[in-house]
Formats: sequence, C-alpha cells, structure tokens
Amino acid sequence: MNNKRKNRIDTKNLLILLTILCISALALTLTDYVSITPLRRAASVVVVPFQKGVNAIGTWFTNQRVSFRDVQELSEEVAGLQAQVNALTEENTRLSLEQDELKRLRALYEIDSDYREYEKVPASVISKDPGSWYATFIIDKGSDDGVAVNMNVISGGGLVGIITETGRNWATVRSIMDDNSHVSAMTVTNYDTCIVSGDMTLINDGLLSFEQMNTENEIHAGERIVTSNISDKYLKGIPIGTVYEVTDDSNNLTKTGKIIPTVDFRYVQEVLVIKELKKTAS
Amino acid sequence: MRRKVVSILLIFACFLVQSALWNLFTFTTVRPNLMLVLIVSFGLMHGSRSGMLIGFISGILVDLLYGSFFGINVLLYMYIGYFIGKAYQVFFDEDIRVAIGAVAVCDIIYNMIFYVIKFIFGARYSLGAFLVRIMIPEVIITLIFTVILYRLFFVINKKLLETEQEDQESSWLLR
Repeated sequence: MNNKRKNRIDTKNLLILLTILCISALALTLTDYVSITPLRRAASVVVVPFQKGVNAIGTWFTNQRVSFRDVQELSEEVAGLQAQVNALTEENTRLSLEQDELKRLRALYEIDSDYREYEKVPASVISKDPGSWYATFIIDKGSDDGVAVNMNVISGGGLVGIITETGRNWATVRSIMDDNSHVSAMTVTNYDTCIVSGDMTLINDGLLSFEQMNTENEIHAGERIVTSNISDKYLKGIPIGTVYEVTDDSNNLTKTGKIIPTVDFRYVQEVLVIKELKKTAS
Repeated sequence: MRRKVVSILLIFACFLVQSALWNLFTFTTVRPNLMLVLIVSFGLMHGSRSGMLIGFISGILVDLLYGSFFGINVLLYMYIGYFIGKAYQVFFDEDIRVAIGAVAVCDIIYNMIFYVIKFIFGARYSLGAFLVRIMIPEVIITLIFTVILYRLFFVINKKLLETEQEDQESSWLLR
C-alpha cells in the first residue's frame, strides 16, 4: 500500500457519507425548504454554451440527411407546393380582408385580442433533458430577452409548452408531452372543456391524452382541441391538436381519449415564446 | 489525477450527447442511457470507488440541470456504480457479455425505481404499458450503445492503467 491510498477515506464510509448528503438534499428540496434554482443557474452558465455547440453539430447532420434526398422527389414536392402557394395566396387575400373587418368589430365589441397579436420572441431548442422520463427542454432565450416564467411557448401554430424556469440566456420549457403537464382545454365546436395531459406511455406514438370531458355532445375523431378560456396559465385559443380516439368513462358522464398534437414533437427546433402572461384575478 | 480529468471529461461528453444531440435521437423516442453505460463500464473495469464517484458526478449533473427532485439520480447512479464495482473482482473486464448483462440489469432496476417514484408522486401507468413502451425500448437501445461504447471505455481504461503503472511502478501492488 502506498501512502496516497492510506490517507483516503474508505470507499464504504464515503458511500455512506454521500448517501446522507443526497438524502438530506432530497429532503430539503422536496419540502421546498431550500431551492436549488441558484445552483441550477450557475451550472447552466457552464453547460449551456457546450450544449449550444453540440446542438449545432446535430442540426448540421440533420440538414445533411435532408439535403441528400432524391431530386425527383423534391421536384414533385416543389410542384405540389407551388399549387398550394397559389391556393393559399388567394385564400390569404380573402382572409386579410376579413381580418381587417374582424379587427374593427373586435374593437367595437371590446373583445380580448387573440394570442396571434401578442409580441413573440423566437428561440431555438438547445437541449432536452437526458432521460426518457421527462419531456422538458431548454431554449436559448432567457430573461435578457424578456422571457419569464409561465409564458406560453408555441411552434408551427400549435401549443408546445410553458416556461418553468429562466436564466439570463436560457429558459426551461415543460412541453405538453410531459406527464406533469395538465392543460385546461376545450373543443372548438361546442366549447366542451377537458384536461389535456402528457402520458409517458403514449409519448412514443406522439399522442397526448385528455380526460374529464363532461359533455352530452358526440365527440368525433378529428375534432379540434384548443386551450380554454378558463385556464389560469395558458392563453385562450391556442391549438393543441385533434381528437384521435374517444371512449366513454364508466360513469357515462365524462369522456377520455387521445389527441394528435398540432406540433410535430419529433422535429421541434424553433419555437416562439409569447410575451404575454395570462391575466388572472389573483 | 489523469484518471480524474479523463473521467470528468467522459461524464461531460456522455451528458452532452444525451441532452444536446436529441435531434439525432428525436424528441419523442426513448433514448439510450449513456451515463449508465459509463458508470457500469467503469465500475466493472476499475472497481466500486470509480463506479461510485462517476455515478455521483453524473447524477449531480443530471439532477442539477433537469431532475425535478434533486438527489434521486445521484443516489441511483451512485449505488449502481458501487454495487457493479463489487463484481470487479469476480469477472474479467475483457468480457463484453458481462458488461451487457450488467447494463441490462441496471437499466431495468433504474427504470423500475423511477416507475415507483413516479407512482408515488401521482403518475398512474399500467405496468404492462410501462414495460412495453418505455423500459424495453430503452434497455434495447442502451444495450446497442453498450456494445459500441464498452470497447472505447475499455481502451481508455487500459491506457490509464498503463500510465498509472509507469508512474508508481514500485508501490503498485493491487494490480
């Protein structure tokens, strides 16, 4: 045995020591006696730049994969898209006329403005939590850009999640796929409310679940679900997804089912943070 | 000293790949538990102390940046490293089958404990759905990565042992 080895703490004792340390840390944070937020912020300052770099490499690879696609396939896609552009341009002209009218009428009736009109901050996703157990991720905009806790995050016209924590140049987003996420939602046609939650057993199929839909109306697959006006954190009317499957609960009063989200969570890279917090009575 | 630096670099690399390269693994699919592969590999190749300490640091990194309950991953990873390290004297570290078996067992235990923790905190999943949807896919993809990474870790560990032996030729009695 050399001297160095003799001076060290015995492995078993070290294990006991670290265990006690962990359990006390766990107890302190679980009871909200101590917050690890300052520590987490400090660690993020070190780790986030690395994650940004690594993420850039990953994005590069993804783009390479895309650019190798078949020319034939691409030109067909272009033709299809061109037709779509024409149709959409026509529709857009018509809609923008109606939009003006709507704006005037809204002003007239003093109706709350739509979430589309609020100021938004674009942000890129830089990392996702490493386990299979949570669906939270980190974006590259933080309090410096005006991002604050409880702001809604959207992408591609659908709800992605909500800001749960912010640092100077990063923020944590809990996606609606996370099983700690519960969003108060409603159907577009009848305003039937329900709770949309993430479900770890559905996440691989890219589906969400909903429950407690208390309604007499028939709910069909394809029914659109948006955030409801009674939600205390989510702004009204943000699309969540469409109904995929409905079942009646055993009490015959409420319905549960599955939802296909509007956002394709496999490819979330760019998101928009809505810089408007839901105003509540409290 | 050299071992400490290399270990910390490896932990950091595994963590970055697992968290920031998610767009290679995509968002909605289960991902390999690379930290676990690292901990089990070094536990098997260098004993309880290495396994335990690498587990401890990996756990801190994961819990500090992501976990909802600070300490859960630290405890799990640390004990996995410690107990796998107990097998260090029993098995030859050249044998990749031992590593594969050990990673499989540890990943199952890790996921089962997480299932119980989630259950305690109110998430209700049927065990069958959990096994088929989360645990089995994760174990399989982790094992694929074990086959690739164990060789790499083995070579790194061997290089480290060689330099350590040169450094203390006379006093090195344990190995």
